[in-house]
Amino acid sequence: MATGSRVTANGLQGARPDRDATVGVAVGTGPKKNRRGEQAMVPDATFTSYYGLPVINQPVWKAPDIPGYFFCGGLAGTASVIAAVADLTGRPALARAAKVGSAGAVLVGMVGLVHDLGRPARALNMLRVFKPTSPMSVGTWLLSAYTPAAVVAAATAVTHRFRPLGALATGAAALLGPAVASYTGALVADTAVPAWHDAHREMPYLFVASGAVAAAGLAMFAAPTQESAPARRVAVVAATADIACSRLIEQRLGMVGEPYATGTGGKYMQAARALTGGGALGAALSGRSRALSRTAGLALVAGSFCTKMGVFEAGLTSANDPRYTVQPQRERLEQAERAPEPSAPDRGAP
Amino acid sequence: MARSTDHLSGDGNDVATASGYRDAPPRMGFFTDTSICIGCKACEVACKEWNHVPEDGLLFTGMSYDNTQGLGADTWRHVAFIEQNKQPDAEGTPNEFRWLMSSDVCKHCTHAACLDVCPTGSLFRTEFGTVVVQEDVCNGCGYCIPACPYGVIDQRKDDGRAWKCTLCYDRLTVGMEPACAKACPTNSIQFGPLDELRTRAQRRVQDMQAHGIHDARLYGHDPDDGVGGDGAFFLLLAAPEVYGLPPNPVVTTRDLPAMWKHVAVATGAALVTLAAAFVGARR
Repeated sequence: MATGSRVTANGLQGARPDRDATVGVAVGTGPKKNRRGEQAMVPDATFTSYYGLPVINQPVWKAPDIPGYFFCGGLAGTASVIAAVADLTGRPALARAAKVGSAGAVLVGMVGLVHDLGRPARALNMLRVFKPTSPMSVGTWLLSAYTPAAVVAAATAVTHRFRPLGALATGAAALLGPAVASYTGALVADTAVPAWHDAHREMPYLFVASGAVAAAGLAMFAAPTQESAPARRVAVVAATADIACSRLIEQRLGMVGEPYATGTGGKYMQAARALTGGGALGAALSGRSRALSRTAGLALVAGSFCTKMGVFEAGLTSANDPRYTVQPQRERLEQAERAPEPSAPDRGAP
Repeated sequence: MARSTDHLSGDGNDVATASGYRDAPPRMGFFTDTSICIGCKACEVACKEWNHVPEDGLLFTGMSYDNTQGLGADTWRHVAFIEQNKQPDAEGTPNEFRWLMSSDVCKHCTHAACLDVCPTGSLFRTEFGTVVVQEDVCNGCGYCIPACPYGVIDQRKDDGRAWKCTLCYDRLTVGMEPACAKACPTNSIQFGPLDELRTRAQRRVQDMQAHGIHDARLYGHDPDDGVGGDGAFFLLLAAPEVYGLPPNPVVTTRDLPAMWKHVAVATGAALVTLAAAFVGARR
């Protein structure tokens, strides 16, 4: 025993020190903010890990750059569709607001993307290849086509010059826009982060719906109420889809979905639902009230930003806790062992 | 080199040929037999020296003899130390103290998520079937980092780019074995053609089982697993998660075709819904 032994002038008294003081037996649960430093954790009988350390490396993407880009891209892409249809249906003020909003948002988003790079000077290396296996590569090429279109559409709308070119750009931005809003759902899902990957079915819908929530909010804020009736409709439909998707993710993912309900991610998702739901309600009730329309519009934009922040933060939490990586994989293995003949590989998440 | 989506999962052991190499050498890899690892960390040191990997923090962790903690941008070999009081098993083997040591490394997956998601083409498949970052191309987008199911690749903070084990690509091209394997005094780290290593590992684990070491198991050896088999695989004496390894990793891009389908549906639905909102709207 390690206890009760003494080293004296006559040699060792008492029991010989033994190796029973094992290190790390009482660790293995709970999220850790920092990989470096002291480990002290509560043991969990059903789950083992290496000193409670995460299995996967945490994403190095930073807030607000990356969730901010998800928000901006979603707003810009869906607002481009609103702009084009507003043009076609004779709503010039709505079209102009949507076009300017799109161009501004996508440019701000791209600044965030480049700023987040470890080597911003090498941003153009993204254009070396086209890889359908990389949502980021697909997104790069989408943005390369969409951004000029959105900027030209906005510039021609503001200056009232080069109208045929503006119409062409507006059409191109409207066709590319929804993809700009939705591909980011695949971008986060195509990782080993449990809370992101396991939601790969819902994420593109959540992202595009959340984008439309923001676009509708922007239109309600900036366009006169006589022209923004379609935006108020979009707000109600998109907010319903957005909240339904986020609820579905939380429920279908089981324990892997916990970070969407608790901690920083949970707080953002809660705020997102309150703002989005409240904004949609405002949109439904505002009618011709400019003040209510503007307030509801702001709430929708803020709600969309919170959704993207919530998804982002939930992913970080889920990457940082080995439980979310180990436990579902362990259950999958045990299920395969129980199954008589595991001929078909399980289609679960990594 | 972009791979078509039918290479995203399933069996694909001739990875170099699948990536477009003609007359590629045999696929090379590591078999790390942790049962004979003595935790000397010669591999960690040899790797650092040969690859000029910078110091990454001299910290006391209290985690047995492990102050390295895990793989990252500046740790390409990591020796795990686990002090374990093994519970008595069904055969009545008494409670026994044991010390597990294992040298972890990049797995050089058959279906490598880091390689799939890299948007610059910086990560590539070598003629040896290994996965290497071209540091003169990497722009530090960081996508490979959460894509890796093993937590291997990471961003070097003061440099911005992503770094990981190259399986000593430079040494391989001149017929030398990787620095870690060369330095390993017990041959716990074995380097060679992957098919030879797999045969050798199978013999070793059968041998150990026959001698009553029922804990011995292979990890990452199976070409039918979720990553199509690892180029660097292991013989372990406990469950993978005890060593900090994921028990059943699956390459994330296996589900990418499904993700693209959902993106397409979501995109179409958004276009239609947004346009439909204008039909008969009040003005």
